[in-house]
Amino acid sequence: MTAVPLDPPRRLVEFELDGEPTRVPDGSTILDACRSAGKDIPTLCQGETLEPKNACRVCVVEVEGARTLAPACSRKAEPGMTVRTDTERARHSRKLVLELLASATDLSTTPRASEWIKEYGAKPDRFGAEAATMNEPPKIDNDLYVRDYDKCILCYKCVDACGEQWQNSFAISMAGRGFDARISTEHDAPLTDSACVYCGNCIEVCPTGALSFKSEFDMREAGTWDEERQTQTTTVCAYCGVGCNLTLHVQDNEIVKVSSPLDNPVTHGNLCIKGRFGYQHVGGGNPAGA
Amino acid sequence: MDLRFGDSKPTDEEKTAVDDLLGPPPSAWEGADDRTTGDLRWALGGRDARERRDLLLPGLHAVNDRVGWISEGALTYLCRRLTVPPAEAYGVATFYSMFSMRPRPATVVHVCTDIACAAAPGADAFQAEVERRLGPAGEPRDGAVWQPSPCLGLCERAPAALSIRAGHGCPSAAGPGGGVPANGASPNGSSPAPSGPAPGEATYATAVVAPATAEAVEAAARAPEDAPEEPSAALAVPQAGEPGLRLLSRIGVADPESLDEYRANGGYRALRRAFALGPAGVLREVTDSGLVGRGGAAFPTGRKWQATASQPDQPHYVVCNADESEPGTFKDRVLMEGDPFALIESMTIAGYATGAHKGYLYLRGEYPRALRLLTNAITQARARGLLGDDVLGMGYAFDIEIRRGAGAYICGEETALFNSLEGHRGEPRSKPPFPVEKGLFGKPTAANNVETLVNVLSVLELGAEAYAAIGTGKSTGPKLFCVSGNVERPGIYELPFGATLGDLLRLAGATDDLRAVLLGGAAGGFVRGDELDIPLTFEGTREAGTTLGSGVVLALDSSVPLPRILLRIAEFFRDESCGQCVPCRIGTVRQEEALHRIAERVGTSGGAEGSADDIALLREVGEAMRDASICGLGQTAWNAVESAIDRLGAYA
Repeated sequence: MTAVPLDPPRRLVEFELDGEPTRVPDGSTILDACRSAGKDIPTLCQGETLEPKNACRVCVVEVEGARTLAPACSRKAEPGMTVRTDTERARHSRKLVLELLASATDLSTTPRASEWIKEYGAKPDRFGAEAATMNEPPKIDNDLYVRDYDKCILCYKCVDACGEQWQNSFAISMAGRGFDARISTEHDAPLTDSACVYCGNCIEVCPTGALSFKSEFDMREAGTWDEERQTQTTTVCAYCGVGCNLTLHVQDNEIVKVSSPLDNPVTHGNLCIKGRFGYQHVGGGNPAGA
Repeated sequence: MDLRFGDSKPTDEEKTAVDDLLGPPPSAWEGADDRTTGDLRWALGGRDARERRDLLLPGLHAVNDRVGWISEGALTYLCRRLTVPPAEAYGVATFYSMFSMRPRPATVVHVCTDIACAAAPGADAFQAEVERRLGPAGEPRDGAVWQPSPCLGLCERAPAALSIRAGHGCPSAAGPGGGVPANGASPNGSSPAPSGPAPGEATYATAVVAPATAEAVEAAARAPEDAPEEPSAALAVPQAGEPGLRLLSRIGVADPESLDEYRANGGYRALRRAFALGPAGVLREVTDSGLVGRGGAAFPTGRKWQATASQPDQPHYVVCNADESEPGTFKDRVLMEGDPFALIESMTIAGYATGAHKGYLYLRGEYPRALRLLTNAITQARARGLLGDDVLGMGYAFDIEIRRGAGAYICGEETALFNSLEGHRGEPRSKPPFPVEKGLFGKPTAANNVETLVNVLSVLELGAEAYAAIGTGKSTGPKLFCVSGNVERPGIYELPFGATLGDLLRLAGATDDLRAVLLGGAAGGFVRGDELDIPLTFEGTREAGTTLGSGVVLALDSSVPLPRILLRIAEFFRDESCGQCVPCRIGTVRQEEALHRIAERVGTSGGAEGSADDIALLREVGEAMRDASICGLGQTAWNAVESAIDRLGAYA
């Protein structure tokens, strides 16, 4: 099938995707092509509003003639390319990446992780009980959000969102190296001593729940978090005149968290501290989590 | 950019270290103490400062060299000077193993525990004795601390150690008149150093101890500045002075400190020929010569240069990859220490051919003597008009800047090297785009390894045809091999491609008891001690199911415990993974864990069965690392272990 661009017309690139001739606008990635063809390629570090970082490698596909597999999220479709998404080799790497991730990280709050682990037959337990894990207690140093790096897959999305791609606060970065690498503030200081402005845009892009609202974290701890019982209402932020869209997540008539639609042309999912966290006045009651 | 720098203040010493590199701060915006009226009206620094981000790594070195570690205040000040977000600078500083973010003694002794040193006779006793004299690794004692280190590139003189003392030689530490290069270099030539770092002006002292005894290591920990001179680089070349050598012809013959001796021994003939041919002519010669990269990837050099030269985007850059960190590899060190001017000349030719006017020489931080000799070579070349605005009076401008790495094997990967040079974490970028299109600072860049560049001199001196006649049809020219391990005469050997492994090992004096040979270093593969007829060419080794890699030939006899060596290789990759992609970050850990389990099980009942499971697991993880990692580090991290299982029957 052919994806239809809404931007000014671009040259179309013709290539072969799983044996089917496919045409996509110039500059599209293999993942774009897969999605418009209705193929479900697992992705974790890819973010709709961010430049692909291709760090997680669960989206790898086989490109004919290449020595290694290519990340679908960042490899651009080239004319004449032959791409296979479902080869044994690609599936093997995806399975192993899921196994490795799940053996080192707590993926319990990662959407679709368990589904993919099942689909690819991944068995994270086979690395043994002694397998090294992230092994980080949650960092709770403020009332707005929690950094639970046990759940972090080091996808760099929060770093990119906090840095030059959106917020320009540069409060966090990757520090250390190898298995000891962690998302960190300077000198590993508490968030309250960092450059953080509490916009929460890192929470918005976090694919695993390693970053979460304190309200959500507390409710999960207490076992009261229940997405089934939540409703989502998208409205306009009342604080200033920009007109950001807010999506209020409400459970039992209480706002439990606030997100923003990624496809909003003004915010692209980004908010400021007021829109994201300043909702306590709505119910007139206690601040969330207090 | 509205950055938050916090309140930490640098000490005077730290501030001086940074200001010596960057000059005094021009305004309060960059951290000057006094705020002038002007500062209140105009924001200075900003973009200008931000564009000097590439000075972050030299800045971290400046502080670490003088103080021994990098405090919060020092990092904050450096960030203010360069408009770098502190969190990012912290991420960069914690990436490199030679920096410390915690207070530590001024003297740090790096004791090599990598393959060649681990295979050296008496390695265990040596380490135990070091521990007895200096205390346990990582525990400061008497103003010094020692730590195990990955390969120091001194494999021919194993075991090896490197002692570094911060603060030695800087004015405040040694009184007025300090600040001289710690190793007593006296750069000839009078041209002023360019603004920015002057790497030879050391504010630290170093001592290379190899072959090391525990007494010598202890002495180097007490007073690195008093350590005896290292043996000449020529001693690493058993063939030194023999006729017929091309790449090693000057080593042990010409004084590496003297430009005159370099010229008297054929130096700068190749550059003259390059100017006579013109850039297109040089590209043609290099392409026709069939020269391929000697760093391990064997990419055709002519094609790389041509692709760089043809890019419309300007400026172009030349980068010399001298971050030789592959365990078992030391040829680039010997070339740089034995014939430093050759590298300067060949980088100039590379610049001329590819249309670049600036070359960066990225040198690994563990090579103090190479740093001193190359700094001297550049200074002399500049003074004599062989670098600068008008090279050899031919109207071509070219200059070279040396940048020191800070302990990260991954920075030998070319795109990681660019990131490191630019002041970012040394994480590889994904390719495409390739460096010839978007390399250093996003500009077209030709990145070449030291040995590759030095080969260009031979190409131009001999002409493409005569050069291509050396070696075999597909692997042309002479090749350097780093022979170490259990041989009588370890060192660098130059042979034309096509000689067999046996030819080389006979030259080096291998024992009859040869059990295994590691080809290509930790990223390479093992062959059996009886596979001596493997031809040493890219195609020959490929046919034999192994690799030539960077030219490592590490011989192991049956006295060397193979499982321990394999564990060390796994540990090396786990330590050196940058951590960016999942297959490598976690895969290297799982590989090491499985090898530990196998090692513990050896000799126990039911060991074989459990080991079979773990070997199957290793294979699966290895395949994913090879297929799905971003860069060569993860892609090759399983090669050596796999070959040891399949070829040597390790754990069988």
